Amino acid sequence: MTAATLERADTESKFIVCEGNEAAALAVALARPDMVSVYPITPQSSLVEHVAKLVADGRLDADIVDAEGEHSVLSVLQGAALAGGRTYTATCGPGLAFMFEPYFRSPGMRLPIVMTIVTRDGITPQSVWGGHQDAMTVREVGWVQIYCESVQEVLDTTIMAFKIAEHHDVMLPVNICVDGNYLSYGSARVAVPEQADVDAFMGVKNVNWHAALDPERPMGVDPLTGGSGGKGPSMFVRYRKSQCQGMQNALRVITEVHEEYARRFGRSYAPLVEQYRMEDAEIALMTIGSMTGAAKDAVDEARQAGSKVGIVKVKTFSPFPLEVLVAALDKVQAIGVVDRSVAFRWNCGPLYQETLGALYRLGRHVPSTSFIGGLAGADLTVDHFLRVIRETEALRHGRLSSGPVWLNEND
Amino acid sequence: MYEIRLHGRGGQGAVMASGILATGLVAAGKFAVAIPSFGFERRGAPVVAYLRTDDKEIRRMTNITEPDCLICIDPTVVNSVNIFAGLKPGGTLVQTSAKSLPELNLPETVGTVGICNAVKIAMEIFRRPITNTLMLGAFARTTGVVDLEFLKQALRDSEFRDAGLEQNLTALQRGYDETVVHRIERRAAA
Repeated sequence: MTAATLERADTESKFIVCEGNEAAALAVALARPDMVSVYPITPQSSLVEHVAKLVADGRLDADIVDAEGEHSVLSVLQGAALAGGRTYTATCGPGLAFMFEPYFRSPGMRLPIVMTIVTRDGITPQSVWGGHQDAMTVREVGWVQIYCESVQEVLDTTIMAFKIAEHHDVMLPVNICVDGNYLSYGSARVAVPEQADVDAFMGVKNVNWHAALDPERPMGVDPLTGGSGGKGPSMFVRYRKSQCQGMQNALRVITEVHEEYARRFGRSYAPLVEQYRMEDAEIALMTIGSMTGAAKDAVDEARQAGSKVGIVKVKTFSPFPLEVLVAALDKVQAIGVVDRSVAFRWNCGPLYQETLGALYRLGRHVPSTSFIGGLAGADLTVDHFLRVIRETEALRHGRLSSGPVWLNEND
Repeated sequence: MYEIRLHGRGGQGAVMASGILATGLVAAGKFAVAIPSFGFERRGAPVVAYLRTDDKEIRRMTNITEPDCLICIDPTVVNSVNIFAGLKPGGTLVQTSAKSLPELNLPETVGTVGICNAVKIAMEIFRRPITNTLMLGAFARTTGVVDLEFLKQALRDSEFRDAGLEQNLTALQRGYDETVVHRIERRAAA
């Protein structure tokens, strides 16, 4: 994987300035879903307002269901997906919590629903601001989860999400994770692709070929399965194993879809793990989401001062990109992992916790530290990352910390 | 990279102004990123919005703590928050005020000041103290960072819920025309 390059075809694209939430809505319209179902919640609200407006203005020919709550939102989409429709919604935080029962059911039923999580920190203490706690909390439910770095990447990745979800080797729901506040409300220059080009990229719609509900052809979906007798155990294993296989297939499909997108639209992103200035790096920062921009600026600054530091950014978090991550970290002598959420059980960040599993595959000990910052809307600045670089450098000389470093502790 | 921090109060349109300014800068061929600060939204409360512009892609999605320029679209918010915090030495202030330069009592970091009596003009145009587009005109006049024509184009591309496009175009022009720019000589070091 190489560093993401933006090979802009400036003359061919039309530029607009919009916030991440609007970029996601525009991408949804370009992908032509048949049904969207919505319930507004901060900081997702302007996203679904934009989607509703696109429907009202006739720019998105989809049925829209303004449901009474998030549990119904996702249940409505399950019906639509089972009927063969392309489906979309967005939520975050408490809305995602209220959605949990159908959220758990969607990947098991192999429904290729696309849902943006405009990430929000966990409530209590009360907070309406950004943080990855909501998406990270449901990382083990079986959805594909892809994190974006920029407003342009939100638009491009949201289009790709439908193609990834609906690929016959995947058939899993996909979350596009958009950092609440900094990406959802951050406005930037965005190139918007032409509808005809997106149509050609998406190809012929064939969403639910394996279980499309049809009154003429009745079938049972999601029957009682498992138990300890008869075919129960083996059938349940078959379901679970194929779900895991779908997740593993997604690693390949995400890569292929990114490559095709780059060929057609001239914008390429590392699909799983991006390496930034890692060629001769002795230490690595690991990042996820919109914090990465400031981290790149900090690495450029530290490089000028002689530090051999690079960045390994995780774009696809679920399925976990184990092999490419191990390859990316192969030569480094110390790693600092920056999380925007907390893994309460391990007293560290979730990306750090999962990286430890990858480091085991390296077959050698690499000193590492968990850094946690940007919780509940807090800023992660270039100065924060310069500190992460300093403290990761220090790890090489045996300075090990026992717990996480809380980057905003004294802000 | 040129960094701007906008100060205002909830309801005046500081966040919207940052979006219009970003659109104008992109129309002029530059890169721009606008990020609102996040607080509890209520009318009248101090509001901050951030804007970066550059000739190359802007990667950092962060707040601005050391701005090159302050745009203050409210005459009294300066009494509630320290709008000058972190302003680069010799930095620019674009201020709505009926006061004269000496009456503003500016800190030593300020090098250039554009003063526009935007509240008075807004009352004439909108019959309400909506100063955001006026102060974008004042910004263009004070700094020359963006050409007024690109801001007009950005306004035409925007949607107006409760005020007409023509009124805002007038506001932009009058903000530009009726701003007085002062250069403050660097005072001798103590």
